[in-house]
Amino acid sequence: MRGGLALGAALASVALLAAAVSAVWTPYDVTALAIAEKLREPSAAHLLGTDHFGRDILSMLMVGARTSIAVALVAVGIGMGVGVPLGLLAAARRGGWLDEVIMRGNDLVFAFPSLVIAILITAVFGPSAVNAILAIGIFNIPVFARVTRGGALSLWTLDYIRAAQVAGKGRALISVEHILPNILNLLIVQGTIQFSLGILAEAGLSYVGLGAQPPTPSWGRMLAEAQTMVTLAPHVAIFPGLAIVLTVVGLNLMGDGLRDLLDPRLRRAR
Amino acid sequence: MTLLSVENLSLAIHGTPILSDVSFRMEEGEVFGLVGESGSGKSLTALSLMQLLPNGSDVMGRAVMGGRDLLELSEQAMCKVRGAEIGMIFQEPMTALNPMQRIGDQVAETLIVHGRATRSVAARVAREKLDRVGLAAERFPLSLYPHELSGGQRQRVSIALAVALRPRLLIADEPTTALDVTTQAQILDLLKGLVAEERMAMLLITHDLAVVAGIADHVAVMRKGRIVEADRTEALFRTRGHDYTRRLFAASSHVPARQPQTRAEPLLEVRGAVREYLLPRPSPFAPHPKLRAVDGVSFTLSEGESLGLVGESGSGKSTLTRAVLGLDEVQGGRIRLLGRDVHADRRMPDDLRAAMQVVFQDPYGSFDPRWKVERLVAEPYHLTGRPADWRARVAAALEEVGLEATDAQKYIHEFSGGQRQRIAIARALIARPRLIVLDEAVSALDVRVRAQILDLLAALQESHGLAYLFISHDLSVVRAITDRVMVMKAGRIVEEGATEKVFADPAHDYTKTLIAATPVIPAEWMNGGTDARDAVV
Repeated sequence: MRGGLALGAALASVALLAAAVSAVWTPYDVTALAIAEKLREPSAAHLLGTDHFGRDILSMLMVGARTSIAVALVAVGIGMGVGVPLGLLAAARRGGWLDEVIMRGNDLVFAFPSLVIAILITAVFGPSAVNAILAIGIFNIPVFARVTRGGALSLWTLDYIRAAQVAGKGRALISVEHILPNILNLLIVQGTIQFSLGILAEAGLSYVGLGAQPPTPSWGRMLAEAQTMVTLAPHVAIFPGLAIVLTVVGLNLMGDGLRDLLDPRLRRAR
Repeated sequence: MTLLSVENLSLAIHGTPILSDVSFRMEEGEVFGLVGESGSGKSLTALSLMQLLPNGSDVMGRAVMGGRDLLELSEQAMCKVRGAEIGMIFQEPMTALNPMQRIGDQVAETLIVHGRATRSVAARVAREKLDRVGLAAERFPLSLYPHELSGGQRQRVSIALAVALRPRLLIADEPTTALDVTTQAQILDLLKGLVAEERMAMLLITHDLAVVAGIADHVAVMRKGRIVEADRTEALFRTRGHDYTRRLFAASSHVPARQPQTRAEPLLEVRGAVREYLLPRPSPFAPHPKLRAVDGVSFTLSEGESLGLVGESGSGKSTLTRAVLGLDEVQGGRIRLLGRDVHADRRMPDDLRAAMQVVFQDPYGSFDPRWKVERLVAEPYHLTGRPADWRARVAAALEEVGLEATDAQKYIHEFSGGQRQRIAIARALIARPRLIVLDEAVSALDVRVRAQILDLLAALQESHGLAYLFISHDLSVVRAITDRVMVMKAGRIVEEGATEKVFADPAHDYTKTLIAATPVIPAEWMNGGTDARDAVV
């Protein structure tokens, strides 16, 4: 199990590192076209080969990692930023009308298939990275709200919360001082998993052309563009596909590993 | 005839020694009591016999039963022993049964698993066994689920399950600790009857000396993984040969030296308090039925007084406590502290809240695990504003409850249960309250730690002129620390009066039942030994 965490962290760090390095340096300029160099096999000059415009695939993957990670990160940020306070509020007012409104609102958002609504949003407001972020972010909100509320509810029954109430602290202060720090581990785990789902969602949206727009490279669109020539030059499709799979698997492994490490309920069973 | 002979049983878990050279012998049909404080290794002794130890365990020694060494048996052979030759009852009736399975099926399962009966015969036997443990067919059909039963009833199902195959040895690990005192008396009677009837032997594991006194033929006292003393029950109780046994006895009947210091001014006045809960609707559009958990309770607590509130689970004492603490609003009546109204919201001013603090039962759940002790203890300063010298005051409070000033920088997991309860008292004291509500504050502690905490509470009451509202299900503790006592049943106070008078001469039938159900060590056994009042270590 520990191996899973290490492998996941390693895979995720590769993606993060690639994204970070791409900000200052890539082997080739990803916007420069070199038709003469198109569809080259992997070689010393182009480690992962070139695509149908002669662009270096490694460079595109690196910049694509930046796009994916940025979109997923901001989307998780939106989900946490809105979902966690909502969940805390619902738990603090458990059983009240506010709890009911928040959780039924969550159910409403949950009831729609997220990718379909994301397509709707980007179709209405136009395809762009910003709209993709918003669409993915909105669907992260109920996930975090539920995880937060669930974790918070079990804490609200504990004696130290009662002790804080006897010390005159209000629900908001208790939520911030006692509840939030003690559910942080749950949120970290959920955040990692949502992050991987965000990368997958971004790839899906840009695959159908609703994510980041050209010339910004993105993994999903690289896959879509390579599709037509997959028999001719399989490496053009394989490498972005691998990038998506390995990053998502890595983040999921990391999430699972973190849960085993941080969740006291599982710690006892180990 | 010897049924079970344990010889030099030693156990280490991940290299940490847990048991060393535990030896005892059980005769057929006898009740053998294994007494000790938490962590003494009494439960692990039983689990060793059943080969139910956690991973990383290393067992040595022998446990011979019926000519075979239980410790040497293969897992397959052990499966035939468990349930059939050795039955087991656990402490927690709420988790010992499978919530998704009907009680009849659970009892029948034992018979079927061991190939002793077909499904239809097993159901008939299950019925007989449930009848025998007092769950009669007309009220308790086999089709009930565990959640439809009370704690005591569930424990009866566990017992039926454990004795279904008429094992020769029954291991009962704290079988009544989680139960109310009247239920405890019934379950102990049931066990006693079953043992005699089926000529079973019973290994009774408990921390409660009084329980052992009433039921066991032989007793062994355990401490730190060793048996320090073992003898016939009466002989052991009368002589108390080992120093540790003496200390255990002294602590279990310890009464702190205290002077009543009740002053005439009323501190807390409760008048006709009513608190109702809405129960789930019986059908989708029916109105919620109401449960009146507190039903017109009135009492007055004077300055410096120590008032006890006893009652069994479900009597409404926790609900009343929450209302008194200003955590829940009463729906009827009125609660006044220092002549001002107690409310559950902002209408109750902070300085009034600061006049009343609380110590809870569970030393493990009472503290935020992520805070340092100094921040935990200082939390009530939220009400009064944190004085400039708050660190010094926290240090003083810690020293007052018998801890070190340097403990302020530690986290709560570094402390034992008794130390945590001291920290809880320090937290209650820090804002200089007039009243401390002690909600089962010593119930989760071992007897010797409990005696120390009671002494501390008595001393603090004297030095600070504190009033205590002492809520407990444990009559002996209430008797030791209170001036006046109230008995609560079904949301009402059924009897109230000076503690000694109520205990010596109870007027209400329910009080009489409670007192009669409380297990006691026969007084003549306790004479001639060391005086229970001295030497609590």
